[in-house]
Amino acid sequence: MSSRKAIIKKNLVAYSFIAPNFIGFALFTLVPMIFAFILAFLDWDGSPYNPMHFVGFKNFVDLADDGQFTAAFRNTLVYTVQTVPFTLVTSLLLALLLNQKCKGRNFFRTVSFFPYVASMVAVTAVWNMLFNPGMGPVNELLRKLGVENPPGWSADKDWAMTTIVQFSVWKYMGYYMILYLAGLQGINPELYEAANLDGCNGWQRFWNVTVPQLSATTFFVVVMLVIQCFKVYDIVYMVTQGGPGTATLVMVYDIYNKAFVYSSFGAASAEAIVLFALVLGVTLVQFRGQHKLEA
Amino acid sequence: MQIISAKEKAIQTIIYILLILCAMVMVLPFLWMLSASLKLDKDVFSFPVQWIPSHPRWANYQEIWTKIPLMTFVKNTVKLTIIVTLLQLFTSSFAAYAFAKLDFKGRNTLFLGYIATIAMPWQVYMVPQFVLMSKMGLNNTHTAIILLQAFSAFGVFMMKQFYTSIPSELCEAARVDGMTEYGIYCKIMLPLSKPALSTLTIFTFVNTWNDFLGPYIYLTRQELKTIQIGLRMFISQYSQEYGLIMASSVVTLIPVLIVFLSLQQYFVQGIATSGLKG
Repeated sequence: MSSRKAIIKKNLVAYSFIAPNFIGFALFTLVPMIFAFILAFLDWDGSPYNPMHFVGFKNFVDLADDGQFTAAFRNTLVYTVQTVPFTLVTSLLLALLLNQKCKGRNFFRTVSFFPYVASMVAVTAVWNMLFNPGMGPVNELLRKLGVENPPGWSADKDWAMTTIVQFSVWKYMGYYMILYLAGLQGINPELYEAANLDGCNGWQRFWNVTVPQLSATTFFVVVMLVIQCFKVYDIVYMVTQGGPGTATLVMVYDIYNKAFVYSSFGAASAEAIVLFALVLGVTLVQFRGQHKLEA
Repeated sequence: MQIISAKEKAIQTIIYILLILCAMVMVLPFLWMLSASLKLDKDVFSFPVQWIPSHPRWANYQEIWTKIPLMTFVKNTVKLTIIVTLLQLFTSSFAAYAFAKLDFKGRNTLFLGYIATIAMPWQVYMVPQFVLMSKMGLNNTHTAIILLQAFSAFGVFMMKQFYTSIPSELCEAARVDGMTEYGIYCKIMLPLSKPALSTLTIFTFVNTWNDFLGPYIYLTRQELKTIQIGLRMFISQYSQEYGLIMASSVVTLIPVLIVFLSLQQYFVQGIATSGLKG
């Protein structure tokens, strides 16, 4: 009896540790998550006075004919395909530079981190001014350098996506640089010594030692970057508002519009489920890949 | 020998040039912001850029407090950030202790529940979460933002990883001495977990201070707004007041920069070991 009591007491003590976090977590994260899957099959305008109707897969079928959704879906993929490789290469190069022994290394590391911690509203405000098509210093400089018609950046539908990609790379490369720096510091120095004995030059050492040794880091960085790109919202809202037209409309932006501007909560949730499917796909690839890399 | 050292010198020089170029790309937008925040609107875009204004207009930094209710925004953000960070630190380290050091029924299932949600982005369930909060009458309250931010699975996960690395013998010895689990948590685990708590503090602080979409969805009443949505509102209302926009941008950046510079090492370690952010 007493041992059973002891076990019950032990469990209760443990639950008392977990409860403060778990109650909040269950109520405000788990419940909404489950609700998201239900809402996607309902027709509802969000008003407490109007009933919810079960409509089956209608919300998903409707997405296929929804010009906003198809544009948002395509733009999200375009944004991801452009942002991921650029951020990958720049953050790797930055990490290689900052891994060299040199004076002021810590200063440079700190500085390359500023864009990442700075608030999005503030840095997009300055970015919008720097890249102002008419009078911004970037275009003034381009004109001085002899470019007659500098790009219209966020105001031009052919340049708007590029503007957002550029900004994203600048904002996030410091973060991924840290991951690469950790990866570089984990490489066994003996591998470089062996490569030196074999007469490898710097370029060969990079391709035959650094790149393969970093493959696990690179894999992780790609997965993180892809997921982050799928979730993009703030940057688009603050730089182009999804425009011109639908040139930079992305999925989270469209989900926001559907729910909070057009009050179609079912359609918004259906699109959110599509977004979740994309993220889940990438996560599953990561799980498999990690097992392979560890094996 | 001399050839090699000359070559090495050349390489060193190239590295420095590249580093300085990178640093300029990173920092110039901030310097331009600082410089524009001290200019008249008509001088902001004069070209070539006058980096140090000849007549710095400090009045910009006075006007922003009267032109928009910036003080209210700052107060709201400070309040939310402090409450969220404290709640996050307390509840996640508390729960993480149980997951790492106590044996109880349902431990693995519960922990799996936490882990599984890390893969689901907030953007997927922000709409139903809003519906739920509205039903509870929490729309346009700070409570909504606090509840939304304070119980992240990330915090529990990170703290649990750290506690697992602390030898269990320490807890065992304390138990033999008759210490309760609460005592062990307070007197042994908390003092040992300063680095992990610092990492969690800086992540939560920066995320809450900079959060945009959450407050943007929930807080529509002027007196409740945080600095991010307040600043954004100001930018869309007075888009031509370049000097003032830059001055208020500088003000929003300062607290984060201070926290970042003082806890920087924990930030870097946190990313390098967990590779996650909230």
